[in-house]
Amino acid sequence: MSPRRNDIESILLIGSGPIVIGQACEFDYSGTQACKVLREEGYRVILVNSNPATIMTDPEFADATYVEPLNVDTVRRVIEKERPDPLLPTLGGQTSLNLAIGLAEGGILDEFGVEMIGASLDAIRTAEDRSRFKAAMQEIGLEVPGSGFAYTVDEALEVAAEIGYPVIIRPSHILGGGGTGIAADADEMREVAWNGLKASPISEILVEQSIAGWKEFELEVMRDHADNCVIVCSIENFDAMGVHTGDSITVAPAQTLSDVEYQRMRDSAFACIRRIGVDTGGSNIQFAVNPADGQQVVIEMNPRVSRSSALASKATGFPIAKIAAKLAVGYTLDEIPNDITKKTPASFEPTIDYVVTKIPRWAFEKFPEARGVLGTQMQSVGEVMAIGRTFLESFQKACRSLETGRAGLNADPVEAVYDEFSDDELVRRVAVPTPERPFQIEAALRRGIPVERIHEVSGIDPWFLDQLARLGEERALLTQIGLDGMARSDWRRAKRLGFSDAQLAWLWGVDGERVRSARLAADVVTTYKTVDTCAAEFEARTPYHYSTYEDEDEVAPVERPVVMILGAGPNRIGQGIEFDYCCVHAAFALSEAGYETVMVNCNPETVSTDYDTSDRLFFEPLTVEDVLNIADALEPHGVIVSLGGQTPLKLAQALDTAGVPIAGTSPASIDLAEDREQFNALCARLGIAQPPGGTATSVEGALKVAAEVGYPVLVRPSYVLGGRAMSIVYDDDGLTSAMEELGLTGSLGREGGLSAERPALIDRFLEDAVEVDVDAVRDRSGEVLIGGVMEHIEEAGVHSGDSACVIPPPTLPAEAVAAIEDSTRRLAEALDVVGLLNVQYAVKDGEVFIIEANPRASRTVPFVSKATGVPLAKVAARVMLGETLAALRDEGVVVPAKQGHVSVKEAVLPFNRFPEVDTLLGPEMRSTGEVMGIDRSFGMAFAKSQAAAGNGLPETGTIFLSLADRDKRAGVVAARRFADLGFSLAATRGTADALEQEGIPVDTVVAKVGEETGVDAVDLIASGKVDLVVNTPRGRGPRADGAHIRQAAGRYGVPAVTTVAAALAAAAGATEMRDRQPAVRSLQEYHQGDQLRLGV
Amino acid sequence: MNGRRSEALLVLHDGAVFEGEWCGARPDDGVATGEIVFNTTLTGYQEVVTDPSYAGQVIAFTYPHIGNYGVTPDDDESAQPFCSGVIVRDLPRRHSNWRAELDFERFLERHGVPGVVGVDTRRLTRHLRDQGALPGAFGPLDEPGAEERIRAAAAEARPTDGIDLVARVTAASPYTVGDPDAPYSVVAYDFGIKRSILRRLEAAGCRVEVVPASTPVDEILGRHPDGVFLSNGPGDPAAVEGAQERVAALVGEVPIFGICLGQQILGLSLGARTYKLPFGHHGGNHPVEEVATGKVEITSQNHNYVVDPETLPAGAEVTHVNLNDGACEGFRLPEASLIAVQHHPEAGPGPHDATHMFEEFTALMERRR
Ligand SMILES: Nc1ncnc2c1ncn2[C@@H]1O[C@H](COP(=O)(O)OP(=O)(O)O)[C@@H](O)[C@H]1O
Ligand SMILES: Nc1ncnc2c1ncn2[C@@H]1O[C@H](COP(=O)(O)OP(=O)(O)O)[C@@H](O)[C@H]1O
Ligand SMILES: [Mg+2]
Ligand SMILES: [Mg+2]
Repeated sequence: MSPRRNDIESILLIGSGPIVIGQACEFDYSGTQACKVLREEGYRVILVNSNPATIMTDPEFADATYVEPLNVDTVRRVIEKERPDPLLPTLGGQTSLNLAIGLAEGGILDEFGVEMIGASLDAIRTAEDRSRFKAAMQEIGLEVPGSGFAYTVDEALEVAAEIGYPVIIRPSHILGGGGTGIAADADEMREVAWNGLKASPISEILVEQSIAGWKEFELEVMRDHADNCVIVCSIENFDAMGVHTGDSITVAPAQTLSDVEYQRMRDSAFACIRRIGVDTGGSNIQFAVNPADGQQVVIEMNPRVSRSSALASKATGFPIAKIAAKLAVGYTLDEIPNDITKKTPASFEPTIDYVVTKIPRWAFEKFPEARGVLGTQMQSVGEVMAIGRTFLESFQKACRSLETGRAGLNADPVEAVYDEFSDDELVRRVAVPTPERPFQIEAALRRGIPVERIHEVSGIDPWFLDQLARLGEERALLTQIGLDGMARSDWRRAKRLGFSDAQLAWLWGVDGERVRSARLAADVVTTYKTVDTCAAEFEARTPYHYSTYEDEDEVAPVERPVVMILGAGPNRIGQGIEFDYCCVHAAFALSEAGYETVMVNCNPETVSTDYDTSDRLFFEPLTVEDVLNIADALEPHGVIVSLGGQTPLKLAQALDTAGVPIAGTSPASIDLAEDREQFNALCARLGIAQPPGGTATSVEGALKVAAEVGYPVLVRPSYVLGGRAMSIVYDDDGLTSAMEELGLTGSLGREGGLSAERPALIDRFLEDAVEVDVDAVRDRSGEVLIGGVMEHIEEAGVHSGDSACVIPPPTLPAEAVAAIEDSTRRLAEALDVVGLLNVQYAVKDGEVFIIEANPRASRTVPFVSKATGVPLAKVAARVMLGETLAALRDEGVVVPAKQGHVSVKEAVLPFNRFPEVDTLLGPEMRSTGEVMGIDRSFGMAFAKSQAAAGNGLPETGTIFLSLADRDKRAGVVAARRFADLGFSLAATRGTADALEQEGIPVDTVVAKVGEETGVDAVDLIASGKVDLVVNTPRGRGPRADGAHIRQAAGRYGVPAVTTVAAALAAAAGATEMRDRQPAVRSLQEYHQGDQLRLGV
Repeated sequence: MNGRRSEALLVLHDGAVFEGEWCGARPDDGVATGEIVFNTTLTGYQEVVTDPSYAGQVIAFTYPHIGNYGVTPDDDESAQPFCSGVIVRDLPRRHSNWRAELDFERFLERHGVPGVVGVDTRRLTRHLRDQGALPGAFGPLDEPGAEERIRAAAAEARPTDGIDLVARVTAASPYTVGDPDAPYSVVAYDFGIKRSILRRLEAAGCRVEVVPASTPVDEILGRHPDGVFLSNGPGDPAAVEGAQERVAALVGEVPIFGICLGQQILGLSLGARTYKLPFGHHGGNHPVEEVATGKVEITSQNHNYVVDPETLPAGAEVTHVNLNDGACEGFRLPEASLIAVQHHPEAGPGPHDATHMFEEFTALMERRR
């Protein structure tokens, strides 16, 4: 008899929506596992998630998949339509939890008789509401830091005065430390309290004694309905309290707790989960420990799977989300087998025989205005995890996994920057948590600055610091021994401390290849160990490996031809979940086609690093050394480098040179597309127009190119992704400073600077052009499949990753689309693409220009697949290994694109995390995630996409317009539409004049920002009287004022658009919203194209 | 801090060789021997090393960094380590914890415990998992002929079967712990008792008179205890001189609670058989089901031998089962007021899930008053 609940048939799951800071693809990992498990158990799964780039929203993962905005109204419609039995809210992050609270409190769950499983409303409230949580902890005798609650800034000041500064502000119901902050005095308190109150959806903040500097720990707990509890993993933060755990380097298992202390923490964790009343599933509980006397206090508990639980799952091999889903439907832990051993039950506590280090990855280079200092608010956009047999091995592997140009923890060219600092200066810097800090610490220790001193200023535990100090000592030894003196035992010692061949090469001043061959000649070969939940006590059935330097290798012999899929590494702006999506599809498709698939990746948040996704998983850095070592061990039939974004693509040449077979498009073709000169020649030969341009490695060269092509020009480095360091310049001065920025002195110096191999690209900037993206697949027979043609809403000049786009193109003339498709085919042919090709075009006055072509997967592949029902990544993977589109069509893998609906992708930007930053969109990509709106008309699909992006269009109220001169003509059209819809209009002086000239009444005219008299735009926005801001600065236009306006919109949570095109789309959306309520339909319905069931 | 260590070798009885470096104390003749067992606990190395149940054994820790938080006398499970050595992957140079009073390696040196560091302990664990616990020998390689001597010692090394290790670890004379006015008076046979057990008994309201393993039955009964406790201890239960006979004479006379070796000796005294597990249970994460309730407890374990439940007498019930391999982790004989568990409810180190066993013991004594 199965213990599974038979009284329920269908289960509603809510995803976590777009990738934002604090909530990334770990919830795709957990949600995908949950979908799989629940369907295996025979339940009908209904899923709502607005994020098209997720695996979980692939139509085959749920029975009904709603790619719809995650708000109470929409989910209510889904519930009304689908009538699920229970709602499982604990697998979709804070978004899902908050939505569940909304649905419950709004009476919707009761109305439709929907039960909540996993955690009850009461449990969620007790955990999420800081005041209830605190009371609950005190009730069961657990300590919490001294604190009080406040609902206004004045109250907050009072409480703080009572507790004594410094204090920390912690809002209720937040994620990623949103709105938290430490205040040292009343002045700081005003600002911090205000932000906190705004961040809390219930305007409640906890004002708490700051214990910054204490040690921070996390425990991942699971509980079943029979009240069995286990700890899956303990995690110790390298960074002390005061740096958000999401921004901290963290290490598993905990290193510096004695058993006595650890067991006390474990007991507290169980008491906590029981008191909160999480009936089944996983929770994350955070503790702080006073290093002086061991006092333990509870910081918070998350009654759901979390970023840390994804990390814990990857760190131990214990699949928390999968098991949580099973527990939610009635199983107990002892009824579930341990996936890895198969023989033992899941009711145990994993034990590990290695060390795991997670290091976050930030994107401060994208936000030059941001301070770049870490604190209680999470700011990282991704993370890497590395496994080693020792702390140092895992730490150094993690450093090189980050792909920030570092070969490990120093011992590379970049470390020279620390040489400039005096000892005192270095120590002063180490006191401030930044992404650079670990590197500065290593430099300081190597100089002989004592561990104590660094501990004092940083709060980092001496154990960690002393470990880092071993590196400097080893370096001295290695330098003394020299490459030629290295005995086998020396090699082993160095490699066991995590030194990469690249670091050793730098230390000895030789090239990496020499180090590699000398090491192999000394018979020091990488060994692969297995992550098995049990420290080898039982045999592992799951080939989940990591490299180290030991005696024994555990890789089983291969049975079928091996295909290695190189993943995308840490999430970052410009390279995120979309690429993981493609890699995962390749693994699925190729395993199905009979290959042995091997995933290589170092990002713990992803579905690709679920050991269930591929036949073998190697959790490894994506560097030439690490990948070659795996290739040596497995002798793959092919390696896929074109699905994981720029990360694996950068390795293609080196792998090819080393004789590793690259699947699909050849490295030579990849290079051809990346190499400006060659590519220009190719386009010229094919007669495909390009914006005029040239390359330069110096300011003079650049000025010459600009003189030829005419301003404005777009300047950028070659070989980057996400429009990194790209700028539009309008004159010689602008160009000069842009070139300086790209040179070695600028922020990009780190990434290589400019050289003959890496010149700056300078192109004529096409103003007011429509941008178009195309994704296509070509097979070895030469057939080209056009996956989708996407028209952007924002004009060219806004990075494709930051602009909204639409399938099918709403305004492009048929001839332009035909020309684009034709050029794409010819390019694919000329580049001899085998696999995916993404091409970007700009259409100006009917003429089509090519912007760039990338013979690899693009960010839009998942969106196109969802919009059309054609599984592009799967098709591409098969094609890369030699199959033809014709054969795949016969097999039913390639299907005709689905029609009859419009899909809009909208970008989601992290400006709420960086209040100092201008929200103006430009050619440098800054979005972290995306959402999709799908409906039968453009207006409604757009409106949905805006709602999903948290930028919901107003139905009534005031539109505030402030337009640059060049936009005024087009802006009039948008303004008239809004006026016709009954909105009142407010505008800045010039814009108001332009509108009134066209006979459009303006109700409020505001003063220039900062002008002495009258209400200015910022005042108006602050007063809450504006419902949508339209602000379009262009060129050298009214930048300063615009920045204030946009910042105010961000600060007061007013939706804003910064292009006329988006304003027009907003007007179209508003029109539709006025006429009818949005209906919800599942992807399965859209893809079936069943008009009757669409129920229109 | 450590200077360079000398290279060292660990050789198992079956000839398998593991390289490492010497750590801890140096044995006089340069070679140490013992039965090699692996322990999978992440924390609690000090408790493990000072647990008398490891007498005659060499402990290989599966977690790579051992010594991170130093040692403190508060965490000692007995007056000194009785184990024959430790095998670790890495000894951190510096420990860090507010409770620490001494470095782990200094502690090993001080107590004469030899060890090898830098070993591929995962390979060793997999080897022992597949071959079963094996005796072996290890020593530094810095003297001529060392390797040959180690190999020879490994070939001769014997397992712990049939050896009375309890005689080595039991108290020389009786002593008492706990409040003289405590509600329950208990006599504990010391087969190698852990201090955590004494603390738990005390906390449960017992005054405990700890007596040497050889104490005659009439002396025990002459103390008029409310209950008798049979402690944990090292090695083969069948080899403990006279223990089963003495315990057999106590059965029925007084409530009895046995832990680990105590359970095995109790089983033998009831006529049951014990057998040796392939590589034993040594760790802090073993799931044990309480048969009566179906509840799962995560337990601390350290044993190589178990009672064969099939051979228990009529009336005895298996109360606890190991969910990993089905081993008998506890039984009781209600008619004789006796309970026993194979795992370690006192923890030290390990989870506290099963500490209620001590209350069960006091409840048993309460009923028999
Ligand atoms: N009382 C405190 N003193 C100092 N730092 C704190 C305190 N409470 C929390 N923090 C820090 O703030 C971070 C974020 O707080 P937390 O409540 O965990 O927010 P979130 O819900 O976003 O995870 C923690 O990880 C910790 O480093
Ligand atoms: N010549 C141009 N005229 C106008 N906009 C351009 C031009 N070239 C590039 N862009 C804009 O810059 C963005 C980024 O350029 P792209 O070459 O696609 O960089 P990336 O490789 O980072 O995606 C494009 O999406 C487009 O909006
Ligand atoms: Mg937190
Ligand atoms: Mg682009």
